Amino acid sequence: MKPPPFEYLRPADVEGVLAALARDSGETKILAGGQSLVPMMNLRIVAPKRLVDINRVPGLDRIGIDGDWFVIGALARHTDVLKSPAVRQHTPLVIAAYRHVAHRPIRNRGTIGGNLAHADPASELPAVMLALDAEMVLHSRSGERRVPAERFFLGTFETAARADELLTAIRVPLVSENRRWGFEEMSQRQGDYALVAVAATFDLESGRCAHPRLAYAGVADHAMRIPAVEAALDGASPHEAAFEAVAAKAAEAVNPPEDVHADAAYRRDLVRSLTRRALTAAARR
Amino acid sequence: MTIANERVRVTVNGVIYERSVEPRLLLSDFLRHELGLTGTHVGCEHGVCGMCTILLDGRTARSCLAFAVQADGCQIRTVEGLGTVDGLHPIQEAFWEKHGLQCGYCTPAMLMTTVELIEANPSPSRDEIRDAVGGNLCRCTGYQTIVEAVELAAQRLSAAKAPSTPAAGEDGSAVGH
Repeated sequence: MKPPPFEYLRPADVEGVLAALARDSGETKILAGGQSLVPMMNLRIVAPKRLVDINRVPGLDRIGIDGDWFVIGALARHTDVLKSPAVRQHTPLVIAAYRHVAHRPIRNRGTIGGNLAHADPASELPAVMLALDAEMVLHSRSGERRVPAERFFLGTFETAARADELLTAIRVPLVSENRRWGFEEMSQRQGDYALVAVAATFDLESGRCAHPRLAYAGVADHAMRIPAVEAALDGASPHEAAFEAVAAKAAEAVNPPEDVHADAAYRRDLVRSLTRRALTAAARR
Repeated sequence: MTIANERVRVTVNGVIYERSVEPRLLLSDFLRHELGLTGTHVGCEHGVCGMCTILLDGRTARSCLAFAVQADGCQIRTVEGLGTVDGLHPIQEAFWEKHGLQCGYCTPAMLMTTVELIEANPSPSRDEIRDAVGGNLCRCTGYQTIVEAVELAAQRLSAAKAPSTPAAGEDGSAVGH
């Protein structure tokens, strides 16, 4: 179908964007890559009165180091994030997850910030950001604030960002090369949203798993970590038997949704097998 | 609600076009209805089928997921920029020879996808070809002949680009030694 009419604004800088958002922000949507927003408009699921196109705002797509943080600009296109040697070096988990994200034409236009702000519960990147302890940098006319990924994803298409705020960057703490990671997903076809996806990270300290993170997509109305299961992994010896026990605990802990694509029992089973695979892969890295 | 039109100036296949459009006009509809370039097909209009794939500033994009006004100042390539009926582009020729199409509906998208793939990766593996064309739905061929067509196109384009061999080697005497 065709999208409903809207007023189109294309500010030249961040200040212009924030001014546009401050004015009647409830009726306004930010247009970044448009790979989720435009389909929803074409299907008439959403009908914003005004679009603020941020595609030509300079500086929002930078990728680089800031002190102890690795920073990815919100407007960085998936294709460019995927090609970035710095991303490969500092957040290889992001690269591993991208193997499952959509198709090339979508990745050419879609942005990492747009994906995160859209907060699809079956999308890979929110789970990745949870596993990396990332922070979302939000700007509004009243200033800047940083929201940990843990408090950013609130529900289906719902985040902690206010309507007058612009997600400008994602900050990931730089970690030691000791940090292990794994990403596993099951989807119906290559490039589809996840039925279930898991992102796992932990340190190896004196032969034990430390500071574990287990984050999931597809098991609730938003990407989420499971602290009780992380606790079971903390201090465990990184071997198959321990991973199997943790995976079984994860499968018990989730209460996954049922839909036409997969019933709850299947999703639960995926949580078990994908968790074990992700942890095993992480231990081998 | 009255919405003011916006001016758009784009270069499509080397030709500059200027139009005044409603902001909500999709780039796919702009190409087809405003410019008459109906080689770009429209299927699902929500980014799933891939039929409307074009090259926007050198990269493939779903033209149903961009607004025409966003393309202001951009370079666009569509299937009309490849070859002609009497002078097929090597990629089109390979699709023709390998039967990489039946109904033809997905073909413009398959061709533009192939342009991007081969420009970035002159000798793609069959897995890489499958990954690239998998973003476009084809309900006729089962993809096998499309994969073969892309493979043949890549071989031909590489051969055409290869530096010409010195005169002494042209009869093959220098090869293999």
